[in-house]
Amino acid sequence: MRTAVTVRALTKIYQVHERPAGLVAALRSVLRRQTKAVVAVSDLSFSIEHGERVGFLGPNGAGKTTTLKTLSGLLHPTSGEVFVADYVPQRRHPDFLRSITLVMGQKQQLIWDLPPAETFDQNRAIYGIPKNTFAQTLGELDTMLDIGSIANKPTRQLSLGERMKCELAAALLHRPSILFLDEPTIGLDVSMQLVVRDFIRSYNEKRGATVLLTSHDMDDVASLCPRVIIIDHGKLKYDGSLDKLVKTLRQDKRIVLTFTDPPDRASLDKLGTVVDFGPGRAVLGVPQTNLRDAIGHLFTLTGIHDLTVEDPPLEEVMRDLFAQSKEQDDRAS
Amino acid sequence: MKILYAYPTLLRVGFAAALAYRAELIIWMLTTTMPLVSLALWSAVSREAPLGRFGPREFVGYFLAALVVRQITGSWLIWELNYEIRQGTLSQRLLKPIHPLWVYSASNLAALPLRAGLCIPIAVIAIFNASFTQNFSLLAIFILSLVGAWCINFFAMTLIGSLAFYLESATSVFELWLITFMMLSGYVVPLELFPGWARNVAQVLPFRYTLGFPVEVVTGLLDVHVATHQLAVQWVWAAGIAIAGILAFRAGVRRFGAFGG
Repeated sequence: MRTAVTVRALTKIYQVHERPAGLVAALRSVLRRQTKAVVAVSDLSFSIEHGERVGFLGPNGAGKTTTLKTLSGLLHPTSGEVFVADYVPQRRHPDFLRSITLVMGQKQQLIWDLPPAETFDQNRAIYGIPKNTFAQTLGELDTMLDIGSIANKPTRQLSLGERMKCELAAALLHRPSILFLDEPTIGLDVSMQLVVRDFIRSYNEKRGATVLLTSHDMDDVASLCPRVIIIDHGKLKYDGSLDKLVKTLRQDKRIVLTFTDPPDRASLDKLGTVVDFGPGRAVLGVPQTNLRDAIGHLFTLTGIHDLTVEDPPLEEVMRDLFAQSKEQDDRAS
Repeated sequence: MKILYAYPTLLRVGFAAALAYRAELIIWMLTTTMPLVSLALWSAVSREAPLGRFGPREFVGYFLAALVVRQITGSWLIWELNYEIRQGTLSQRLLKPIHPLWVYSASNLAALPLRAGLCIPIAVIAIFNASFTQNFSLLAIFILSLVGAWCINFFAMTLIGSLAFYLESATSVFELWLITFMMLSGYVVPLELFPGWARNVAQVLPFRYTLGFPVEVVTGLLDVHVATHQLAVQWVWAAGIAIAGILAFRAGVRRFGAFGG
């Protein structure tokens, strides 16, 4: 078997209707409709091995969802080749559809006015899952997601978090080996985000499933994905380990101080960039080369309660990457 | 066949959904009671003098049969398809290893028991106030014609609904279908009362085969020979529209943008 996902020179162009506002433009569009080609994904190539957890990142409109929909067979590529589990997704072979799942945080498959248990049973029938396997899988999902008490309430009466847990269960009943997760934690509170993250990790570890995850929440990506693929304007910008990305782009570290007695702000300014300075807590950006000296100096200050060294937040790293990529594009054009 | 394993569950879940939406379903059913208006009108007219083969008793039989046939062969797939294509929610169906039309069909058929609930009292009234065919062959043709009528309706809705892949909305095209259906299916006026040329037009179009034909069979307006021939025509229409609907849906899926979905 080849890699779980192979994408070669994928390009997807949408023909989008457009017209200016106003009555004249509206009438003109009746006679002659203007369309514009929008390049959502351009010459994108990457591959993912079986069992990998990969973060798929990019700003809004970067082409992440278009790529996921192409990988799951919903969209036909304009050009390029895509293979998922050795299948060409757009042919939508039933065995291919049994081997994947696509969870979209903002869309649901649960039947709105019926309890999730009905959707589970419908999926059992659609995927041809034997009843004993279904009961076993549902039991496992219940253990991981704790859905037993909510599966028989009408979906419309469930909270967003409860619905997402049931969505995940419905999407995984057929034990797919490849998971495409598009913003699975969007709108969830912190505790529910942790539940979903833990669930994704344990499903991946238990079943050896491949996970391709998009999320605006960098904590999801940092905690789940050793590897990230970053795209911007439909083009590949980075493909590699998260650690390496952070180290390449940011040569500085963050020193987080907690204190009982605030240190003199001017003394912190001398050590690096003060990112945050509040009651009881300060964050200091320090170049990697000065880290040892800075820590040594901080230990000499009175009132310091605790000190930790961290990488810069992933959001900032991403912001830097996109700014860098915009500069390159501007220069090229 | 995996669909044979899945279909009973699809029907059961579809029935549960129909029960959940029972208020909507009943309101929708009430909007299809046009034959009762026609019945009142034409019964009053025929009390003066019969119109062709139609006296008051024949009109009662015809329009109550029309109401029952409409209830159990109707399809509202156009609304679902139009909505799901425009909103992108069709994506969830396309991710499943069973063709979405199987699931839609189960959802349509699953509402039959509820619709039959309304039909039973009408059928009882009709049996006591009108005459229907006792001929076994015609009754068998009637049952087959109901299946054919359902297929034409369902796949015509698939065909028209698939236009939503190409147009802003397919429902305006459906309005055209509906108006033509009203005129040429025998829903408002039995086609036998139309001028000859209009009857000839209706004979070759599919609309009559979705309603007028089964009603004419069960009310004994057609003999077995003619009914058998027209059943064949109906099934040719059903097969043709089914092929066109499936191909249109397949072609539409290729250009589906899955926006928002």
